[in-house]
Amino acid sequence: MNDLDELYQQVILDHNKNPKNFGILEDFNFHAKGHNPLCGDQITVYLKIKDDIIEDVTFAGNGCAISKASGSIMTTLIKGKSLDNAKKLFGEFHDIVTSDPESEVDFEGLGKLAVFAGVREFPARVKCASLSWHTLKQALENSEETAITE
Amino acid sequence: MSNIDVWKIREDFPILKAKVRGKDLVYLDNAATTQKPQIVIDKLVQYYSEMNSNIHRGVHYLSELSTKEFEKARKIVKKFINANFDEEIIFTRGTTESINLVASSFGKKFINEGDEIIISAMEHHSNIVPWQMVCEERGAILKVIPMNDDAELMMDEFKKLISEKTKLVSIVHISNSLGTINPIRNIIKIAHQAGAKVLIDGAQSVQHLKVDVNNLDCDFFVLSGHKLYGPTGVGILYGKKELLEAMPPYQGGGDMIRSVTFEKTLYNDLPYKFEAGTPNIADGIALGTAIQYVESIGLDNIYEYEMELLNYGTEKLLEIPELRIIGTAKEKASVISFVLDNIHPHDVGTLLDREGVAVRTGHHCTEPVMRRFDVPATSRASFSFYNTKEEIDALVKAIKRTILMFG
Ligand SMILES: Cc1ncc(COP(=O)(O)O)c(C=O)c1O
Repeated sequence: MNDLDELYQQVILDHNKNPKNFGILEDFNFHAKGHNPLCGDQITVYLKIKDDIIEDVTFAGNGCAISKASGSIMTTLIKGKSLDNAKKLFGEFHDIVTSDPESEVDFEGLGKLAVFAGVREFPARVKCASLSWHTLKQALENSEETAITE
Repeated sequence: MSNIDVWKIREDFPILKAKVRGKDLVYLDNAATTQKPQIVIDKLVQYYSEMNSNIHRGVHYLSELSTKEFEKARKIVKKFINANFDEEIIFTRGTTESINLVASSFGKKFINEGDEIIISAMEHHSNIVPWQMVCEERGAILKVIPMNDDAELMMDEFKKLISEKTKLVSIVHISNSLGTINPIRNIIKIAHQAGAKVLIDGAQSVQHLKVDVNNLDCDFFVLSGHKLYGPTGVGILYGKKELLEAMPPYQGGGDMIRSVTFEKTLYNDLPYKFEAGTPNIADGIALGTAIQYVESIGLDNIYEYEMELLNYGTEKLLEIPELRIIGTAKEKASVISFVLDNIHPHDVGTLLDREGVAVRTGHHCTEPVMRRFDVPATSRASFSFYNTKEEIDALVKAIKRTILMFG
């Protein structure tokens, strides 16, 4: 695969076209807005959390294929998980997109997050992939401030 | 056909031979910054290897030489925009600093509580934020001329906004995100009838068409060297002499003073009053060289050729059914902003880059324009006189490939 095919894998293109958990959650109790000033992407993450479990989660807004796919995959991964588990996934995701592009990635252990290894080659796009995750973090911290990927 | 021999001109720009990701570079991001001809690059090398020294300070040979060259560049700029006096040409860091200088200095002197400043709906952030800051500081009010769906300013609305309260009208000559050429002559006339001063943001105009500040009768005109085939880090503020003389200094320091004691400082004359500290000498001199280069090709020839590219590009892009052009003014420069159905501009930018095609994607520092046209961002191709129809074909091909991929 060349770099570009790796960035725009079919998985990403599919999630972009038909994003999962896309829209406003009716009975959310946590949410945050995220904004990437570089490209104008804006998303909101909505969470319904009960007893430290993410019972439901959605994201809404507009963004590029990378940020949309990232939101779609993120929400799929964290739905039903504990808060600790979600934070651990955030850490794993963060490690992947910020690791040295030359370094080997343990694709087996990563599962669905593995598709984002491709963005390492595209420094300008790391922020797109991170937007939904940073917004999630913001929502969990229940801060009213907008998450900004810079 | 125009008088431009594009293949010969391309020889003057070393970077145009570059390969990007194994492909020939197709540089269509000229509105962000233009490439530099070899003679501009050579001038910078020559300055540092043969003349480097501080100006206006030494009596030694090198200082006299660099002072002479720097002041020569000022004269070249003066002639280029047809100002009346050398003192009306102030060297700055760029358009942004030029606008901030006027906002701060003109603002202090002439803007008071309840006064109004008028800008337009298509301004670059650098022609919005400094005025918001002035308004906040002085208790003045900012008014905005709206535009129609073709991205043309609504002159009737402008006439309604302007009044004796208006102290300044600050308008972009050519929009960097829409390509619109604004009717500035008319705007200046209307503003002057109401007693307001006018600043024209020429960051996107001097490289495309002949500007004559004397004939336009604008009070301020600002530009950036790096968009005019010159180096980064240098720009120009033109201001009418009486106005600049009436305005207080912007920054304090060396060069801008005549004498300093702890009790009282006497300011220097124009233009030095506004040029505190050691200026960007090398880049200022090389800006002079860049202007001479542009003049050697001729702005009339440039305009004609770039219009050919604009028309060709518009026609070819519109053949793509999924593509919509944002900015369809009757009077346009060679800048085309577009969006593709269901494909985000950021993805378009990355995919075009892989084909060696450099376009700009994003809001182009004009967020209100994006909001006006209800798009999060656009992709923008902007053409220079060194671009070719073949490069436009390469752009079109790369866009079609992108659409196919996103299917
Ligand atoms: C219309 C317009 N005004 C102002 C600017 C700011 O210029 P600079 O960044 O060189 O100060 C730009 C550059 O992008 C521009 O296109």
